[in-house]
Amino acid sequence: MTTITYIESSGQTLSVDVTDGWSVMQGAVANGIEGIIGECGGSCACATCHCYVETTRLNELEPPSESELDLLEDVAAERRPNSRLACQIKVQASLDGLLVQLPDCQL
Amino acid sequence: MKSPENIVIVGAGQAGLQTAEALRSLGYAGPLTLLGDEPHPPYHRPPLSKAWLAEAMDAAQLMMRSPDVLARKHISLRTGVRVTAIEPDTRRLMLANAEPLSYSTLVLATGASPRRPSFELPSTQAANILSLYRMGDASNIAQRMRFCLEHDLPVVVIGGGFIGLEVAAAARKKGLAVTLLEASPRLLSRSLAPFTSDWFEALHRRHGVQLLLETQVRAIEAGPHPELHQVVLHDGGVYPAGLVVIGIGAQANDTLARKAGLDCECGVIVDANGRTSHPDIYAAGDCTVRRLADGTLLRLESVQNAVEQGKSVAAAILGQNKPSNTTPWFWSDQYDVKLQMAGLSMGADHWETHGDPTSGSFSVHHFKQGQLIAVDSVNASKEHLQARKWLEGK
Repeated sequence: MTTITYIESSGQTLSVDVTDGWSVMQGAVANGIEGIIGECGGSCACATCHCYVETTRLNELEPPSESELDLLEDVAAERRPNSRLACQIKVQASLDGLLVQLPDCQL
Repeated sequence: MKSPENIVIVGAGQAGLQTAEALRSLGYAGPLTLLGDEPHPPYHRPPLSKAWLAEAMDAAQLMMRSPDVLARKHISLRTGVRVTAIEPDTRRLMLANAEPLSYSTLVLATGASPRRPSFELPSTQAANILSLYRMGDASNIAQRMRFCLEHDLPVVVIGGGFIGLEVAAAARKKGLAVTLLEASPRLLSRSLAPFTSDWFEALHRRHGVQLLLETQVRAIEAGPHPELHQVVLHDGGVYPAGLVVIGIGAQANDTLARKAGLDCECGVIVDANGRTSHPDIYAAGDCTVRRLADGTLLRLESVQNAVEQGKSVAAAILGQNKPSNTTPWFWSDQYDVKLQMAGLSMGADHWETHGDPTSGSFSVHHFKQGQLIAVDSVNASKEHLQARKWLEGK
Protein backbone atom coordinates (compact mmCIF):
# COMPACT_ATOMS: atom_id res chain seq x y z
CA MET A 1 0.00 0.00 0.00
CA THR A 2 1.19 3.46 -0.90
CA THR A 3 -0.40 6.69 0.23
CA ILE A 4 -1.64 8.96 -2.53
CA THR A 5 -3.08 12.36 -1.67
CA TYR A 6 -5.86 13.55 -3.96
CA ILE A 7 -6.90 17.18 -4.03
CA GLU A 8 -10.41 17.52 -5.42
CA SER A 9 -11.31 20.64 -7.39
CA SER A 10 -13.35 21.79 -4.38
CA GLY A 11 -10.07 21.92 -2.47
CA GLN A 12 -10.93 18.92 -0.33
CA THR A 13 -7.86 16.80 0.27
CA LEU A 14 -8.00 13.05 0.83
CA SER A 15 -5.07 10.77 1.55
CA VAL A 16 -5.81 7.15 0.75
CA ASP A 17 -3.81 3.93 0.70
CA VAL A 18 -3.66 2.45 -2.78
CA THR A 19 -2.49 -1.08 -3.57
CA ASP A 20 0.86 -1.11 -5.36
CA GLY A 21 0.41 -1.96 -9.02
CA TRP A 22 -2.94 -0.18 -9.24
CA SER A 23 -3.21 2.99 -11.25
CA VAL A 24 -3.78 6.40 -9.70
CA MET A 25 -7.15 6.36 -11.51
CA GLN A 26 -8.20 3.08 -9.90
CA GLY A 27 -7.11 4.35 -6.48
CA ALA A 28 -9.31 7.42 -6.94
CA VAL A 29 -12.37 5.61 -8.26
CA ALA A 30 -12.29 2.87 -5.62
CA ASN A 31 -12.04 5.45 -2.86
CA GLY A 32 -14.78 7.67 -4.18
CA ILE A 33 -12.60 10.62 -5.04
CA GLU A 34 -14.68 13.15 -6.98
CA GLY A 35 -13.37 14.41 -10.28
CA ILE A 36 -12.01 11.31 -11.99
CA ILE A 37 -14.27 9.42 -14.35
CA GLY A 38 -12.17 6.74 -16.05
CA GLU A 39 -14.81 6.04 -18.68
CA CYS A 40 -12.75 3.52 -20.64
CA GLY A 41 -11.68 1.54 -17.60
CA GLY A 42 -8.04 2.48 -17.84
CA SER A 43 -7.31 1.60 -21.46
CA CYS A 44 -5.85 5.00 -22.27
CA ALA A 45 -8.70 5.63 -24.70
CA CYS A 46 -10.94 8.35 -23.31
CA ALA A 47 -9.04 11.14 -21.49
CA THR A 48 -11.51 11.33 -18.58
CA CYS A 49 -8.95 10.69 -15.82
CA HIS A 50 -6.95 13.85 -16.39
CA CYS A 51 -4.99 15.00 -13.33
CA TYR A 52 -2.21 17.37 -12.32
CA VAL A 53 0.76 15.74 -10.61
CA GLU A 54 2.87 17.76 -8.14
CA THR A 55 5.45 19.36 -10.36
CA THR A 56 8.51 18.59 -8.24
CA ARG A 57 7.84 14.87 -8.46
CA LEU A 58 6.91 14.66 -12.15
CA ASN A 59 10.32 13.24 -12.99
CA GLU A 60 9.71 10.28 -10.65
CA LEU A 61 7.00 9.00 -12.98
CA GLU A 62 7.44 6.93 -16.10
CA PRO A 63 7.19 9.44 -18.94
CA PRO A 64 3.87 9.48 -20.81
CA SER A 65 3.48 7.23 -23.84
CA GLU A 66 2.77 8.57 -27.29
CA SER A 67 -0.93 7.72 -26.99
CA GLU A 68 -1.19 9.39 -23.57
CA LEU A 69 0.38 12.55 -25.00
CA ASP A 70 -2.11 12.45 -27.86
CA LEU A 71 -5.05 12.14 -25.48
CA LEU A 72 -3.71 14.90 -23.23
CA GLU A 73 -4.10 17.26 -26.17
CA ASP A 74 -7.81 16.73 -25.92
CA VAL A 75 -8.58 16.94 -22.19
CA ALA A 76 -11.59 18.97 -21.14
CA ALA A 77 -9.88 21.12 -18.49
CA GLU A 78 -6.79 23.25 -19.05
CA ARG A 79 -3.73 21.24 -20.03
CA ARG A 80 -0.66 22.13 -17.97
CA PRO A 81 2.95 20.96 -18.04
CA ASN A 82 2.12 18.59 -15.16
CA SER A 83 -1.00 17.13 -16.79
CA ARG A 84 -1.16 13.34 -16.86
CA LEU A 85 -3.78 10.63 -17.33
CA ALA A 86 -4.24 8.97 -13.96
CA CYS A 87 -4.84 5.56 -15.53
CA GLN A 88 -1.30 5.57 -16.86
CA ILE A 89 0.43 6.20 -13.52
CA LYS A 90 1.18 2.95 -11.70
CA VAL A 91 1.32 3.24 -7.93
CA GLN A 92 4.54 2.00 -6.32
CA ALA A 93 6.24 2.49 -2.95
CA SER A 94 8.55 5.22 -4.26
CA LEU A 95 5.51 7.42 -4.99
CA ASP A 96 4.46 7.49 -1.32
CA GLY A 97 2.76 10.78 -0.48
CA LEU A 98 2.33 11.86 -4.11
CA LEU A 99 0.00 14.84 -4.49
CA VAL A 100 -2.50 14.54 -7.33
CA GLN A 101 -4.75 17.47 -8.09
CA LEU A 102 -7.99 16.96 -10.01
CA PRO A 103 -9.44 19.37 -12.57
CA ASP A 104 -12.99 20.69 -12.33
CA CYS A 105 -14.17 18.87 -15.44
CA GLN A 106 -13.35 15.76 -17.46
CA LEU A 107 -15.90 15.86 -20.28
CA MET B 1 -44.34 17.65 -16.36
CA LYS B 2 -44.73 15.87 -13.04
CA SER B 3 -41.41 15.32 -11.31
CA PRO B 4 -40.51 11.68 -10.70
CA GLU B 5 -41.03 10.33 -7.18
CA ASN B 6 -39.22 7.06 -7.32
CA ILE B 7 -36.80 6.03 -10.03
CA VAL B 8 -35.74 2.41 -10.53
CA ILE B 9 -32.99 1.40 -12.95
CA VAL B 10 -32.83 -2.21 -14.13
CA GLY B 11 -29.23 -3.10 -14.92
CA ALA B 12 -26.13 -2.05 -12.98
CA GLY B 13 -23.67 -1.85 -15.85
CA GLN B 14 -22.17 1.21 -17.51
CA ALA B 15 -25.49 2.65 -18.73
CA GLY B 16 -27.36 2.00 -15.49
CA LEU B 17 -24.68 3.51 -13.29
CA GLN B 18 -24.26 6.48 -15.61
CA THR B 19 -28.00 7.18 -15.53
CA ALA B 20 -28.03 7.01 -11.73
CA GLU B 21 -25.05 9.33 -11.29
CA ALA B 22 -26.32 11.76 -13.90
CA LEU B 23 -29.70 11.93 -12.14
CA ARG B 24 -27.93 12.87 -8.92
CA SER B 25 -25.65 15.41 -10.53
CA LEU B 26 -28.67 17.02 -12.25
CA GLY B 27 -30.23 17.47 -8.83
CA TYR B 28 -32.69 14.61 -8.50
CA ALA B 29 -32.87 13.95 -4.75
CA GLY B 30 -35.63 11.34 -4.52
CA PRO B 31 -35.39 7.56 -4.10
CA LEU B 32 -33.10 5.94 -6.66
CA THR B 33 -32.60 2.20 -6.92
CA LEU B 34 -30.11 0.40 -9.14
CA LEU B 35 -30.84 -3.29 -9.66
CA GLY B 36 -28.16 -5.65 -10.92
CA ASP B 37 -28.60 -9.35 -11.59
CA GLU B 38 -24.90 -10.09 -11.20
CA PRO B 39 -23.43 -10.47 -7.71
CA HIS B 40 -20.93 -7.62 -8.26
CA PRO B 41 -21.31 -3.86 -7.96
CA PRO B 42 -20.90 -2.00 -11.30
CA TYR B 43 -17.65 -2.89 -13.05
CA HIS B 44 -15.77 -2.03 -16.23
CA ARG B 45 -16.50 -4.50 -19.02
CA PRO B 46 -13.90 -3.47 -21.64
CA PRO B 47 -10.90 -4.88 -19.72
CA LEU B 48 -12.59 -8.31 -19.51
CA SER B 49 -11.32 -9.35 -22.93
CA LYS B 50 -8.00 -7.57 -22.40
CA ALA B 51 -6.11 -7.14 -19.09
CA TRP B 52 -8.53 -9.41 -17.20
CA LEU B 53 -7.84 -12.36 -19.53
CA ALA B 54 -4.15 -11.66 -19.21
CA GLU B 55 -4.76 -11.94 -15.44
CA ALA B 56 -3.01 -8.62 -15.07
CA MET B 57 -5.62 -7.09 -12.74
CA ASP B 58 -7.75 -8.12 -9.77
CA ALA B 59 -11.50 -7.84 -9.28
CA ALA B 60 -11.25 -4.69 -7.16
CA GLN B 61 -9.52 -2.90 -10.04
CA LEU B 62 -12.46 -3.65 -12.32
CA MET B 63 -14.97 -1.95 -10.05
CA MET B 64 -16.37 1.33 -11.37
CA ARG B 65 -17.38 2.81 -8.02
CA SER B 66 -16.86 1.57 -4.50
CA PRO B 67 -20.06 0.79 -2.57
CA ASP B 68 -19.20 3.79 -0.34
CA VAL B 69 -19.44 6.18 -3.27
CA LEU B 70 -22.85 4.89 -4.24
CA ALA B 71 -24.04 5.08 -0.64
CA ARG B 72 -22.80 8.65 -0.37
CA LYS B 73 -24.81 9.54 -3.47
CA HIS B 74 -27.85 7.77 -1.97
CA ILE B 75 -27.97 5.35 -4.86
CA SER B 76 -29.48 2.18 -3.47
CA LEU B 77 -27.67 -0.69 -5.18
CA ARG B 78 -29.25 -4.13 -5.05
CA THR B 79 -27.09 -6.84 -6.60
CA GLY B 80 -28.08 -10.41 -7.42
CA VAL B 81 -31.65 -9.31 -8.17
CA ARG B 82 -33.36 -10.62 -11.28
CA VAL B 83 -36.40 -8.86 -12.67
CA THR B 84 -38.89 -11.33 -14.11
CA ALA B 85 -41.56 -8.96 -15.43
CA ILE B 86 -42.58 -5.33 -15.75
CA GLU B 87 -46.19 -4.39 -15.02
CA PRO B 88 -46.49 -0.99 -16.69
CA ASP B 89 -50.11 -0.47 -15.62
CA THR B 90 -49.43 -0.84 -11.90
CA ARG B 91 -45.84 0.46 -12.25
CA ARG B 92 -44.35 -2.57 -10.58
CA LEU B 93 -41.42 -4.85 -11.20
CA MET B 94 -41.74 -8.54 -10.42
CA LEU B 95 -38.54 -9.90 -8.93
CA ALA B 96 -37.29 -13.47 -8.63
CA ASN B 97 -37.14 -14.37 -4.93
CA ALA B 98 -38.12 -10.92 -3.69
CA GLU B 99 -41.15 -8.71 -3.18
CA PRO B 100 -42.40 -6.70 -6.17
CA LEU B 101 -40.87 -3.26 -6.45
CA SER B 102 -42.83 -0.09 -7.31
CA TYR B 103 -41.54 2.73 -9.48
CA SER B 104 -42.78 6.00 -10.84
CA THR B 105 -40.15 6.09 -13.58
CA LEU B 106 -38.32 3.05 -14.89
CA VAL B 107 -35.03 2.88 -16.78
CA LEU B 108 -34.05 -0.27 -18.65
CA ALA B 109 -30.30 -0.77 -18.90
CA THR B 110 -30.38 -4.51 -19.28
CA GLY B 111 -27.42 -4.82 -21.64
CA ALA B 112 -26.91 -7.58 -24.15
CA SER B 113 -26.07 -11.27 -24.24
CA PRO B 114 -23.80 -13.26 -26.49
CA ARG B 115 -25.59 -14.40 -29.62
CA ARG B 116 -26.28 -18.13 -29.62
CA PRO B 117 -24.81 -20.06 -32.49
CA SER B 118 -27.04 -21.74 -35.03
CA PHE B 119 -24.64 -24.67 -35.39
CA GLU B 120 -24.96 -27.82 -33.36
CA LEU B 121 -23.60 -27.95 -29.82
CA PRO B 122 -23.00 -30.93 -27.53
CA SER B 123 -26.20 -31.95 -25.75
CA THR B 124 -24.74 -31.40 -22.29
CA GLN B 125 -23.42 -28.05 -21.09
CA ALA B 126 -19.65 -28.15 -21.57
CA ALA B 127 -17.30 -26.22 -19.27
CA ASN B 128 -14.91 -25.59 -22.14
CA ILE B 129 -17.34 -24.00 -24.62
CA LEU B 130 -17.69 -20.40 -23.51
CA SER B 131 -18.78 -16.93 -24.58
CA LEU B 132 -17.64 -13.63 -23.11
CA TYR B 133 -19.90 -10.91 -21.85
CA ARG B 134 -19.75 -10.86 -18.07
CA MET B 135 -17.04 -11.00 -15.44
CA GLY B 136 -17.93 -14.60 -14.63
CA ASP B 137 -17.51 -15.57 -18.31
CA ALA B 138 -14.12 -13.92 -18.52
CA SER B 139 -12.96 -15.61 -15.32
CA ASN B 140 -14.04 -18.99 -16.67
CA ILE B 141 -12.16 -18.34 -19.92
CA ALA B 142 -9.02 -17.26 -18.05
CA GLN B 143 -9.20 -20.34 -15.85
CA ARG B 144 -9.71 -22.59 -18.83
CA MET B 145 -6.78 -20.97 -20.64
CA ARG B 146 -4.57 -21.87 -17.66
CA PHE B 147 -5.83 -25.45 -17.87
CA CYS B 148 -5.09 -25.60 -21.61
CA LEU B 149 -1.63 -24.23 -21.02
CA GLU B 150 -0.91 -26.85 -18.35
CA HIS B 151 -2.18 -29.68 -20.54
CA ASP B 152 -0.96 -28.38 -23.87
CA LEU B 153 -4.45 -28.16 -25.41
CA PRO B 154 -5.31 -25.87 -28.33
CA VAL B 155 -7.86 -23.05 -28.30
CA VAL B 156 -10.42 -22.41 -31.04
CA VAL B 157 -12.06 -19.00 -31.32
CA ILE B 158 -15.24 -18.82 -33.41
CA GLY B 159 -15.81 -15.31 -34.76
CA GLY B 160 -13.34 -12.68 -35.93
CA GLY B 161 -15.04 -9.70 -34.31
CA PHE B 162 -13.61 -7.57 -31.52
CA ILE B 163 -14.18 -10.11 -28.75
CA GLY B 164 -12.85 -13.01 -30.83
CA LEU B 165 -9.72 -11.13 -31.87
CA GLU B 166 -9.00 -9.84 -28.36
CA VAL B 167 -9.43 -13.34 -26.93
CA ALA B 168 -7.16 -14.76 -29.63
CA ALA B 169 -4.51 -12.13 -28.83
CA ALA B 170 -4.74 -12.86 -25.09
CA ALA B 171 -4.42 -16.60 -25.73
CA ARG B 172 -1.41 -16.15 -28.01
CA LYS B 173 0.26 -13.90 -25.44
CA LYS B 174 -0.02 -16.79 -22.98
CA GLY B 175 1.59 -19.08 -25.54
CA LEU B 176 -1.52 -21.11 -26.40
CA ALA B 177 -2.07 -22.57 -29.86
CA VAL B 178 -4.98 -20.61 -31.35
CA THR B 179 -7.18 -21.21 -34.37
CA LEU B 180 -9.63 -18.46 -35.29
CA LEU B 181 -12.59 -19.20 -37.55
CA GLU B 182 -14.42 -16.40 -39.31
CA ALA B 183 -17.39 -16.80 -41.61
CA SER B 184 -16.91 -13.68 -43.73
CA PRO B 185 -14.10 -13.04 -46.22
CA ARG B 186 -12.40 -10.51 -43.91
CA LEU B 187 -12.08 -9.62 -40.24
CA LEU B 188 -14.31 -6.98 -38.63
CA SER B 189 -15.94 -6.44 -41.99
CA ARG B 190 -18.86 -4.46 -40.57
CA SER B 191 -16.58 -1.87 -38.94
CA LEU B 192 -13.23 -1.65 -40.68
CA ALA B 193 -12.00 -0.62 -44.09
CA PRO B 194 -10.76 -3.56 -46.20
CA PHE B 195 -7.18 -2.35 -45.80
CA THR B 196 -7.45 -2.24 -42.00
CA SER B 197 -9.03 -5.70 -41.96
CA ASP B 198 -6.14 -7.08 -43.99
CA TRP B 199 -3.64 -5.36 -41.70
CA PHE B 200 -5.23 -7.03 -38.65
CA GLU B 201 -5.33 -10.36 -40.40
CA ALA B 202 -1.57 -10.07 -41.03
CA LEU B 203 -1.02 -8.95 -37.43
CA HIS B 204 -2.71 -12.05 -36.03
CA ARG B 205 -0.95 -14.36 -38.45
CA ARG B 206 2.37 -12.77 -37.49
CA HIS B 207 1.57 -13.54 -33.86
CA GLY B 208 0.97 -17.15 -34.72
CA VAL B 209 -2.82 -17.37 -34.92
CA GLN B 210 -4.03 -19.96 -37.39
CA LEU B 211 -6.68 -17.88 -39.12
CA LEU B 212 -9.36 -19.28 -41.41
CA LEU B 213 -11.68 -16.93 -43.28
CA GLU B 214 -14.89 -17.86 -45.09
CA THR B 215 -15.33 -20.90 -42.90
CA GLN B 216 -18.65 -22.15 -41.64
CA VAL B 217 -18.80 -24.16 -38.44
CA ARG B 218 -21.13 -27.15 -38.69
CA ALA B 219 -20.94 -28.37 -35.10
CA ILE B 220 -18.99 -28.62 -31.91
CA GLU B 221 -18.81 -32.27 -30.97
CA ALA B 222 -17.55 -34.26 -28.01
CA GLY B 223 -13.95 -35.26 -28.54
CA PRO B 224 -11.87 -38.26 -27.58
CA HIS B 225 -11.96 -37.28 -23.90
CA PRO B 226 -14.07 -34.95 -21.75
CA GLU B 227 -11.53 -32.12 -21.75
CA LEU B 228 -11.31 -31.99 -25.51
CA HIS B 229 -14.06 -31.01 -27.92
CA GLN B 230 -13.77 -30.75 -31.66
CA VAL B 231 -15.00 -28.01 -33.92
CA VAL B 232 -16.23 -29.45 -37.19
CA LEU B 233 -16.46 -27.27 -40.28
CA HIS B 234 -18.82 -27.55 -43.22
CA ASP B 235 -15.87 -28.33 -45.47
CA GLY B 236 -15.04 -31.32 -43.28
CA GLY B 237 -12.17 -29.72 -41.34
CA VAL B 238 -11.89 -30.82 -37.71
CA TYR B 239 -10.21 -28.71 -35.02
CA PRO B 240 -9.73 -30.19 -31.55
CA ALA B 241 -10.00 -27.69 -28.72
CA GLY B 242 -9.47 -27.65 -24.97
CA LEU B 243 -11.34 -24.35 -25.05
CA VAL B 244 -13.80 -22.99 -27.60
CA VAL B 245 -14.69 -19.32 -27.30
CA ILE B 246 -17.75 -18.30 -29.31
CA GLY B 247 -17.73 -14.61 -30.17
CA ILE B 248 -20.31 -14.15 -32.90
CA GLY B 249 -21.92 -10.97 -31.69
CA ALA B 250 -24.37 -9.95 -29.02
CA GLN B 251 -28.11 -9.48 -28.93
CA ALA B 252 -29.94 -6.86 -26.93
CA ASN B 253 -31.66 -8.04 -23.76
CA ASP B 254 -35.12 -6.77 -24.67
CA THR B 255 -37.29 -9.64 -23.44
CA LEU B 256 -38.64 -7.77 -20.38
CA ALA B 257 -39.51 -4.78 -22.54
CA ARG B 258 -41.14 -6.86 -25.25
CA LYS B 259 -43.26 -8.77 -22.74
CA ALA B 260 -44.35 -5.45 -21.23
CA GLY B 261 -45.57 -4.35 -24.66
CA LEU B 262 -42.84 -1.81 -25.47
CA ASP B 263 -41.87 -1.34 -29.11
CA CYS B 264 -38.79 -3.46 -29.77
CA GLU B 265 -36.89 -4.56 -32.83
CA CYS B 266 -33.68 -6.37 -31.97
CA GLY B 267 -33.54 -4.02 -28.98
CA VAL B 268 -35.73 -1.59 -27.07
CA ILE B 269 -36.60 1.18 -29.51
CA VAL B 270 -35.72 4.62 -28.12
CA ASP B 271 -35.52 8.17 -29.41
CA ALA B 272 -32.41 10.35 -29.09
CA ASN B 273 -33.40 11.10 -25.48
CA GLY B 274 -33.81 7.46 -24.50
CA ARG B 275 -37.61 7.49 -24.38
CA THR B 276 -39.31 4.17 -25.14
CA SER B 277 -42.84 3.78 -26.45
CA HIS B 278 -44.13 3.93 -22.86
CA PRO B 279 -44.15 7.36 -21.16
CA ASP B 280 -42.91 6.03 -17.77
CA ILE B 281 -40.11 3.91 -19.21
CA TYR B 282 -36.72 4.92 -20.61
CA ALA B 283 -33.83 2.79 -21.83
CA ALA B 284 -30.07 3.20 -22.30
CA GLY B 285 -27.02 1.27 -23.43
CA ASP B 286 -26.57 -2.05 -25.20
CA CYS B 287 -30.24 -3.06 -24.80
CA THR B 288 -31.43 -0.20 -27.01
CA VAL B 289 -31.84 0.48 -30.68
CA ARG B 290 -32.21 4.11 -31.68
CA ARG B 291 -34.79 5.41 -34.11
CA LEU B 292 -33.04 8.05 -36.21
CA ALA B 293 -34.67 11.07 -37.82
CA ASP B 294 -34.97 9.27 -41.17
CA GLY B 295 -36.77 6.37 -39.51
CA THR B 296 -33.91 3.87 -39.71
CA LEU B 297 -32.79 1.98 -36.62
CA LEU B 298 -29.26 2.23 -35.25
CA ARG B 299 -27.87 -0.21 -32.73
CA LEU B 300 -24.62 0.71 -31.01
CA GLU B 301 -22.79 -1.44 -28.50
CA SER B 302 -20.17 0.68 -26.85
CA VAL B 303 -19.10 2.30 -23.63
CA GLN B 304 -19.48 5.72 -25.18
CA ASN B 305 -23.07 4.99 -26.21
CA ALA B 306 -23.93 3.66 -22.74
CA VAL B 307 -22.47 6.74 -21.08
CA GLU B 308 -24.16 9.17 -23.44
CA GLN B 309 -27.55 7.54 -23.44
CA GLY B 310 -27.37 7.35 -19.64
CA LYS B 311 -26.92 11.10 -19.50
CA SER B 312 -29.66 11.71 -22.08
CA VAL B 313 -32.10 9.56 -20.13
CA ALA B 314 -31.34 11.28 -16.82
CA ALA B 315 -31.89 14.65 -18.45
CA ALA B 316 -35.10 13.56 -20.17
CA ILE B 317 -36.54 12.16 -16.92
CA LEU B 318 -35.94 15.56 -15.32
CA GLY B 319 -37.61 17.37 -18.22
CA GLN B 320 -34.42 18.49 -19.96
CA ASN B 321 -33.44 17.93 -23.56
CA LYS B 322 -29.96 16.44 -23.97
CA PRO B 323 -30.14 14.15 -27.01
CA SER B 324 -27.37 11.63 -27.77
CA ASN B 325 -26.04 12.52 -31.17
CA THR B 326 -22.26 12.75 -30.97
CA THR B 327 -20.02 10.81 -33.32
CA PRO B 328 -19.78 7.18 -32.21
CA TRP B 329 -16.33 5.93 -31.28
CA PHE B 330 -14.94 2.55 -30.30
CA TRP B 331 -11.62 1.02 -29.45
CA SER B 332 -9.93 -2.35 -29.26
CA ASP B 333 -6.58 -3.49 -27.86
CA GLN B 334 -4.88 -6.45 -29.52
CA TYR B 335 -1.26 -7.34 -28.69
CA ASP B 336 0.47 -3.95 -28.50
CA VAL B 337 -1.88 -2.38 -31.03
CA LYS B 338 -4.55 0.16 -30.16
CA LEU B 339 -7.30 0.39 -32.74
CA GLN B 340 -9.65 3.37 -32.46
CA MET B 341 -12.61 3.96 -34.70
CA ALA B 342 -14.65 7.11 -35.13
CA GLY B 343 -17.92 7.38 -37.04
CA LEU B 344 -19.99 4.67 -38.69
CA SER B 345 -18.59 3.06 -41.80
CA MET B 346 -21.79 1.52 -43.24
CA GLY B 347 -22.08 2.20 -46.93
CA ALA B 348 -18.51 3.39 -47.48
CA ASP B 349 -17.50 3.24 -51.14
CA HIS B 350 -14.00 4.66 -51.09
CA TRP B 351 -11.04 4.51 -48.68
CA GLU B 352 -7.82 6.45 -48.25
CA THR B 353 -4.86 5.37 -46.17
CA HIS B 354 -2.83 7.99 -44.30
CA GLY B 355 0.53 7.47 -42.61
CA ASP B 356 2.83 4.53 -43.12
CA PRO B 357 1.20 1.18 -42.34
CA THR B 358 4.60 -0.55 -42.28
CA SER B 359 5.52 1.64 -39.29
CA GLY B 360 2.52 0.21 -37.41
CA SER B 361 0.85 3.62 -37.10
CA PHE B 362 -1.66 4.75 -39.69
CA SER B 363 -5.27 5.68 -40.29
CA VAL B 364 -7.81 4.90 -42.97
CA HIS B 365 -10.55 7.32 -43.97
CA HIS B 366 -13.90 5.93 -45.11
CA PHE B 367 -15.85 7.94 -47.66
CA LYS B 368 -19.42 7.60 -48.86
CA GLN B 369 -20.24 9.54 -52.02
CA GLY B 370 -17.26 11.79 -51.39
CA GLN B 371 -18.17 12.50 -47.77
CA LEU B 372 -15.90 11.43 -44.88
CA ILE B 373 -18.01 9.13 -42.67
CA ALA B 374 -15.54 7.19 -40.52
CA VAL B 375 -11.86 6.82 -39.65
CA ASP B 376 -9.94 3.74 -38.43
CA SER B 377 -6.81 4.69 -36.49
CA VAL B 378 -4.12 2.16 -35.65
CA ASN B 379 -1.68 3.29 -32.97
CA ALA B 380 -2.63 6.83 -33.94
CA SER B 381 -4.65 8.40 -31.10
CA LYS B 382 -4.03 11.90 -32.34
CA GLU B 383 -5.56 11.10 -35.74
CA HIS B 384 -8.48 9.46 -33.95
CA LEU B 385 -9.21 12.54 -31.86
CA GLN B 386 -8.84 14.74 -34.93
CA ALA B 387 -11.25 12.49 -36.82
CA ARG B 388 -13.84 12.78 -34.07
CA LYS B 389 -13.66 16.56 -34.38
CA TRP B 390 -13.97 16.45 -38.17
CA LEU B 391 -16.93 14.15 -38.00
CA GLU B 392 -18.59 16.38 -35.42
CA GLY B 393 -18.18 19.17 -37.94
CA LYS B 394 -15.84 21.14 -35.65
